[in-house]
Amino acid sequence: MSEVLHVEGLRIEARGAPILDGIELSLQKGKVLGLIGESGAGKSTLGLAAIGYLKAGCAVTAGRVRLLGQDLGQQSPEALRALRRQRISYVAQSAAAAFNPFWRLERQVTELAVTPDRRALARDLFARLHLPEPEVFGRRYPHQVSGGQLQRAMIAMALANRPELVVFDEPTTALDVTTQVEVLAQIRQVVAEQGCAALYITHDLAVVAQMADDILVLRHGRMVEQGAVRQVVEAPRTDYARALVAHRSGSAPPEAAESAPLLAAEGLELGYGRKVIVQEVSLAVPRGQVLAIVGESGSGKTTVARALAGLIAPRAGSVRLEGRALAPLVEGRSAEDRRRLQFIHQLPDVALNPRHSLHEIIGRPLTLFHGLSGAALQTRLAALMADVELPVALLDRVPGALSGGQKQRVCIARALAAEPDLLICDEITSALDPLVEDGILALLQRLMQTRSLGIVFITHNLGLTRRFAHRVAVMERGRIVEEGATGSVFDAPAQPYTRRLLAAAPQMRAGWLTEAIGSLRPL
Amino acid sequence: MTRATLSAVLLAVLVLVALTAPWIAPHPPSSVVTGAFADPSAQAWLGGDSIGRDLFSRTLFGLRHTLGIALAVTVGAALLGITLALVAAIRRGWLDLLLGRLVDTLMAVPQIIFALMVLAVLGVSLPTLIGTMIVLETTLFFRVLRPAAGDVAAMDYLEVARLRGEGLAWTLRREVLPVLMPTVLAEIGIRFAFAALFISSLSFLGAGIQPPDADLGGLVRENALAITVGKLAPLVPAFVIALIAIAVNGVVDGFVRRHAIRPELLP
Repeated sequence: MSEVLHVEGLRIEARGAPILDGIELSLQKGKVLGLIGESGAGKSTLGLAAIGYLKAGCAVTAGRVRLLGQDLGQQSPEALRALRRQRISYVAQSAAAAFNPFWRLERQVTELAVTPDRRALARDLFARLHLPEPEVFGRRYPHQVSGGQLQRAMIAMALANRPELVVFDEPTTALDVTTQVEVLAQIRQVVAEQGCAALYITHDLAVVAQMADDILVLRHGRMVEQGAVRQVVEAPRTDYARALVAHRSGSAPPEAAESAPLLAAEGLELGYGRKVIVQEVSLAVPRGQVLAIVGESGSGKTTVARALAGLIAPRAGSVRLEGRALAPLVEGRSAEDRRRLQFIHQLPDVALNPRHSLHEIIGRPLTLFHGLSGAALQTRLAALMADVELPVALLDRVPGALSGGQKQRVCIARALAAEPDLLICDEITSALDPLVEDGILALLQRLMQTRSLGIVFITHNLGLTRRFAHRVAVMERGRIVEEGATGSVFDAPAQPYTRRLLAAAPQMRAGWLTEAIGSLRPL
Repeated sequence: MTRATLSAVLLAVLVLVALTAPWIAPHPPSSVVTGAFADPSAQAWLGGDSIGRDLFSRTLFGLRHTLGIALAVTVGAALLGITLALVAAIRRGWLDLLLGRLVDTLMAVPQIIFALMVLAVLGVSLPTLIGTMIVLETTLFFRVLRPAAGDVAAMDYLEVARLRGEGLAWTLRREVLPVLMPTVLAEIGIRFAFAALFISSLSFLGAGIQPPDADLGGLVRENALAITVGKLAPLVPAFVIALIAIAVNGVVDGFVRRHAIRPELLP
């Protein structure tokens, strides 16, 4: 076996601060190395360094990267470009951002191809990636194909010259679970067929367990653990790797006794303009319970959440709070109703005003709903910061000074400041790292119990749903296709769509991907 | 000293001189103290104007007029334009469309022609002059701030404010305006310089401040003939106009750099 990539003692700094330090790795032909870690761990920086690229402001201050026997640090820009053009390639996270919207796919995919018959090459690549109608697929423009197809087209582009190393940087993170399974299987297949080496970057341990031969766990730019997939998944040696492995375990919360619903929706029909997006949706949440609404992108789950909050008016149906019908739009609801229902957005970055201090952000609902000021306000603010496990000293800071997880905690504190009865959470952990997500969920669980809150939790993450939700409603194309206690829905799904979703949720055990593909194929 | 500090000092001096003109001017602005286009002397430091008034004193008072009007116009247009832009961005719908098309229409006519037309119909007086200029400058504030406010209006924190039941005024003042502040301040600076040039142009054309009072543009006009006989008289007020434009631009530029508003647009 020949070595494709060899990294020794690599240190990369940006403005004097190390991004990566002491990285050692070796990758043989035909092997896949999984790079795993949370955001900011240096995964992408390492992936790019492997193809001899540094982001602006970064510099290699120690160590070296040897690719195909050549020291990348010694190469001229021309030599590096030739190398990247012909022998290595890179698949980025967002295919939509990587394609020129004005070029047909065939032209982009084969732009760098050395073979004279580009059409045949494109056809062959599209067929191997199971793209529909490979004969004519290349005639389309990027906007005419789905996200999953575009991601596969990008993989086709990366493979066009039969590279010896491919770096995959979270190639399925932006995809739905069912699409992700197919793309994963195809990546695995073509990598095996071509016998190239691959560096697979992801934050999802279950995904990497299916894709890679070896795993390298990064944290804060340093190597935490390295080893064969089996060994890292089954017997992690470090606390951090153990926490990552443990992240997916945990069982469903027990179903609480039936009680009168706190919030109920009946026969909701929702749409924008002429388009109907949601039909006949009815659901109920009692106090002290979590109702998860799950489904793929476009299934209408966020639209339902927005209607519950009063951000869009239903065309038919009603929303009831303790049996009393709420006004369709928030503008028509009383201050008391607005206080009792709090909505938490998906992306804290745009849900927090960048010019307001946390003091203003969390203090406003206290003043507005509870008339607090002066010392009483300060005391309450300190208590809320303690509730969401943030240091009180942060109150004078603006959101820009906080990490993603801290920002989401601020959003939760703002919602709690109103002293709500019900929280509507719209994918609030989807932008967070797994361990940060665990922290947020534990926080919500505690708050739910101490304050007997009802929670409506919108998510596409089934693993999370299983650990966190008492009941689950599965949405497909604007309708609830299945609803029930989480345990029973997950253990014995009645609907084919639910079975499909469950089969597609990544699992750590060996052979899952093969099984999942087997169970999804007929559809 | 940086360019911005230098500009700020220059602007401060200009404002101070304008404010104290009645006390520091050696002569009343309208009294004849020397010969027409007389050379500089101990009596008249910068010489005489077209009928022998002290050019130095008249320039001080002219500066006072120009800066005063520019300030009134900028403040009025900023209040009106920013408010309309923010309301249009939040409310959308017919109001946004109406304001947008109205602004387009007003901007389609060259500013100076539009002002001359309005002043010819309504007659020249200080209120009509300032009012006309406010309307025209408002369109420019609106044009810059409406899209910027539109970006802010799409942010989730405005949805949070809506869910909390905040009123329009509170939302604009506390949620939208602070985010737009760098743009607003830069725009106010730029518009102030243009307002000073605008009133100078109108006065130069005879539609601005009326004799015997004169702003800087009026002074250039009064003394324009002197250039043909090789005298410097019209260049003095012209130079002060240039100083205003340079000082304000320097201050705005420094501000923009400090807050890195769209740094990609900077040279």
